Amino acid sequence: MITDTEKRIREEFPLINSTTLAYLDNSATVQKPKCVLDAVSRYYENDNANPMRGLYDLSLRATEDYEKARSAAARFIGAAPEEIIFTRNASESLNLVAYSYGMNFIKEGDEIIVSVAEHHSNFLPWQQVAKVTGAKVIWYDCEEDGRFDLDTLLGLLSDKTKLLAITQVSNVLGRVNDVKTMAKMVHEKGGVIVVDGSQSVPHMAVNIKDLDADFFAFSGHKMYAPMGIGVLYGKKALLDKMPPFLYGGEMIESVTKERTTFAEVPHKFEAGTVNAGGAAGLLAAIEFIEKYGFDFITKREDMLTKRAFDRMKEMPFIKILGGEKAEDHHGIIAFQVEGVHPHDVSQIFADSDIAVRAGHHCAQPLHKHLGIMSSTRMSVAFYNTEEEIDRFIEVLSGIRSRMGY
Amino acid sequence: MSTNTFYNEIINEHNLNPYHKHSIEGANFSLEGVNPSCGDDIILNLKVEDGVITDGAYEGDGCAISQASADIMLDLIIGKTKEEALHLADIFMRMIKEKISDEEKEELEEAGILESVSHMPARVKCAVLGWRTMSEMFGR
Ligand SMILES: Cc1ncc(COP(=O)(O)O)c(C=O)c1O
Repeated sequence: MITDTEKRIREEFPLINSTTLAYLDNSATVQKPKCVLDAVSRYYENDNANPMRGLYDLSLRATEDYEKARSAAARFIGAAPEEIIFTRNASESLNLVAYSYGMNFIKEGDEIIVSVAEHHSNFLPWQQVAKVTGAKVIWYDCEEDGRFDLDTLLGLLSDKTKLLAITQVSNVLGRVNDVKTMAKMVHEKGGVIVVDGSQSVPHMAVNIKDLDADFFAFSGHKMYAPMGIGVLYGKKALLDKMPPFLYGGEMIESVTKERTTFAEVPHKFEAGTVNAGGAAGLLAAIEFIEKYGFDFITKREDMLTKRAFDRMKEMPFIKILGGEKAEDHHGIIAFQVEGVHPHDVSQIFADSDIAVRAGHHCAQPLHKHLGIMSSTRMSVAFYNTEEEIDRFIEVLSGIRSRMGY
Repeated sequence: MSTNTFYNEIINEHNLNPYHKHSIEGANFSLEGVNPSCGDDIILNLKVEDGVITDGAYEGDGCAISQASADIMLDLIIGKTKEEALHLADIFMRMIKEKISDEEKEELEEAGILESVSHMPARVKCAVLGWRTMSEMFGR
């Protein structure tokens, strides 16, 4: 039985509304509401031209749509529009910081601190920076329960520290990290903090000025927007001194055969024709989230998480990665079933019409740190129902017997 | 498809109580096979005398499909010549990736139950791991 509230939410999502699949892989990507899909069509049906280029009405409208989306993204995280750079996704945002900031402002002998819980997208770019510049990557390990101890960080910081790369919410552990305090600690050493907001922005209110992060990256597709649009926030003073990442059209002030001067931020970082349709979708997605509000969204997601978590805790053959309490998990529960490989676990779920993810979730260093190869992960969005959670639990409780135990 | 038909007694038995998952003495062919994306990892050891596989075993770890498939393969190829084993590997690969005749399926004996993996693209590499490793080992 689904409740009226659940029904009302689900009717906004064409895919969710037309399937019996229990979609519990929301930290990989979420389904899209109709208003977002409509906003993309509306852009292409009414306003499509190359933004920033033409002087005719249509191109001006396209530019206006695109910049409106930028302002909305800025408002959403408490930033100024010129601090918002549109990218394809969080990975591109983080690469932009690594290539433009890291390769130019980090030198041999400097230290880059990377949390062990990072998605490969916030680790591999820093590994490259270290390789090219001769800087050193220092690992910031978490405790057994996934908590990042601030004293541990204090012990790692030094005058050599130039950068800390850390996620606000881990895509495996689901725990919220105290990036605000970490930012303060790194700043005291004169370094910058690069925060991966991919898993926080869709599920909780974020205020970037309060966090005081220097760079902050997230993907549209995890927050109800289309794939192919992402955001990088950067402090204006830092963006101003950074060189472009990609060179080409629409990012210059003037070009002669000898010399080019680049456009102001954020356009300096947006070479080539932009994803204006995706930006229109992102704007609609932000308005969609604001319509429900995080009070409502977070509460529902926490309730669903707790419903699953408490039942899983009762199963002696289940080991949950990370915190001991449902409140530590924020919609994400990665786990192991004793004696059953995660791929078999997720296969049984798939055959039972439930979508969960198996593998290392692009966080191999974290799995290694926890002493395991891989895990299965279920992750909720506010459109999931209590009944879906109950179905998940029912299948989970029968997995070992299906595997011959 | 339904799980009840796939994770059947045969697969579960080979996964939970494998006959050939141990070390052996005197192996003269040994090769590691890995599926990096999912972490399936086996080391296949074979003893070949006068062109005949006289003993074989594997070690490692991974999903039920990869482990059971390697175990079933060893059941089938121990006692066969290298050429016969490669011939069976060829049939097995075609069974998973395309189609085979009823006669060919009979040659595969118990390994034929893995045919349903051909409808599960994400699991193909699990099912073929042991077979791929054996073929590579013999220079295919
Ligand atoms: C924490 C985290 N960071 C980064 C990413 C990468 O996002 P994208 O693939 O959209 O660049 C993901 C998503 O998989 C993630 O969960």
